[in-house]
Amino acid sequence: MKSNSLFIKGVKDGIPIFLGYLAVSFTFGISAVANGISTQSAVFMSALNFTSAGQFAAISVITKSLSYFELAITQFIINLRYCLMSSALSQKFESKMPKIHRFLISFGNTDEVFGVLSSFDGKLPPVYCYGVLLGGLPGWVIGTLLGAVLGNVLPHRLLSALGVALYGMFIAIIVPPARKNKFIAVIILIAMICSAVFSYMPILKSISSGFRIIILTVIISAFAAVIRPIEDKKEENGNER
Amino acid sequence: MNGNIIIYIAVMAITTYLIRMLPLVLIRNEITNKYIKSFLYYVPFVTLAVMVFPAILYETDSIYSAIIGFVFAIVFAFFGNNLITVSLIACASVFLAELIIV
Repeated sequence: MKSNSLFIKGVKDGIPIFLGYLAVSFTFGISAVANGISTQSAVFMSALNFTSAGQFAAISVITKSLSYFELAITQFIINLRYCLMSSALSQKFESKMPKIHRFLISFGNTDEVFGVLSSFDGKLPPVYCYGVLLGGLPGWVIGTLLGAVLGNVLPHRLLSALGVALYGMFIAIIVPPARKNKFIAVIILIAMICSAVFSYMPILKSISSGFRIIILTVIISAFAAVIRPIEDKKEENGNER
Repeated sequence: MNGNIIIYIAVMAITTYLIRMLPLVLIRNEITNKYIKSFLYYVPFVTLAVMVFPAILYETDSIYSAIIGFVFAIVFAFFGNNLITVSLIACASVFLAELIIV
């Protein structure tokens, strides 16, 4: 595929991210301003972080005037899952690709961008990644600005409905490979059941969602790798959409 | 708020960027170990599955509308619709369900 059309494909795949981000960051913008953070600061924070749970936690750390160190620790714990995602993504790039692309693309490696990029069939061309980033990420900043400036102006029903946009996208990423590959389907089912157990069981439910994601991802992916290691290139086709 | 907001934002941005950037920049070679390679191959499926469920159930005004959105998304994804279609169908089904039940 030509680089132009790859870029456009990336932007298109970024649109659901854009819409989903609009809804979530709108709420973030409202919450930031309600807690005494200025509109500029909220927008600035969104444009530099792109981390939903991390930013909501930051609002509470900042309004409580906790130390910079405490803020760093909070972010580290909540966002450590990106370390796993970036490791997985590292294998989707050509090893000879100029390093600068890795520095730039990693800036926008959010949960949603990671989901879209990892479902790309074959090695990732940087131009496609930039399409996804430019198609999706602005939604996060624009939504923050709108929420901060306009406040509760969007109909509540609309926000509630848009709340599932990102989940719908995640489902569209994992279901087609699961349809082609029964083992992946089983792994996804196990992951969801374990996630529910960790969310509802006493003691286990006290584990933060960031750690729950890390613990379950490591254990279940390791389990899958031992039971069904990928033998050759062919099996990776489970990834195509 | 006593601290400087600019420093707060810089601290969190740098922390988050390092977590995202270091593995991508440091792991440049293709991993040849069969098990590590397979582990990384399964990571996206497991992570996304864990993030979707049960969190999706609490993302809307009613657990019932969320279940409807969840089921519609799975069905339409199963029949190979693209990301944007599935995403919009999930939203639309939640919206319509809430018109009736909330």
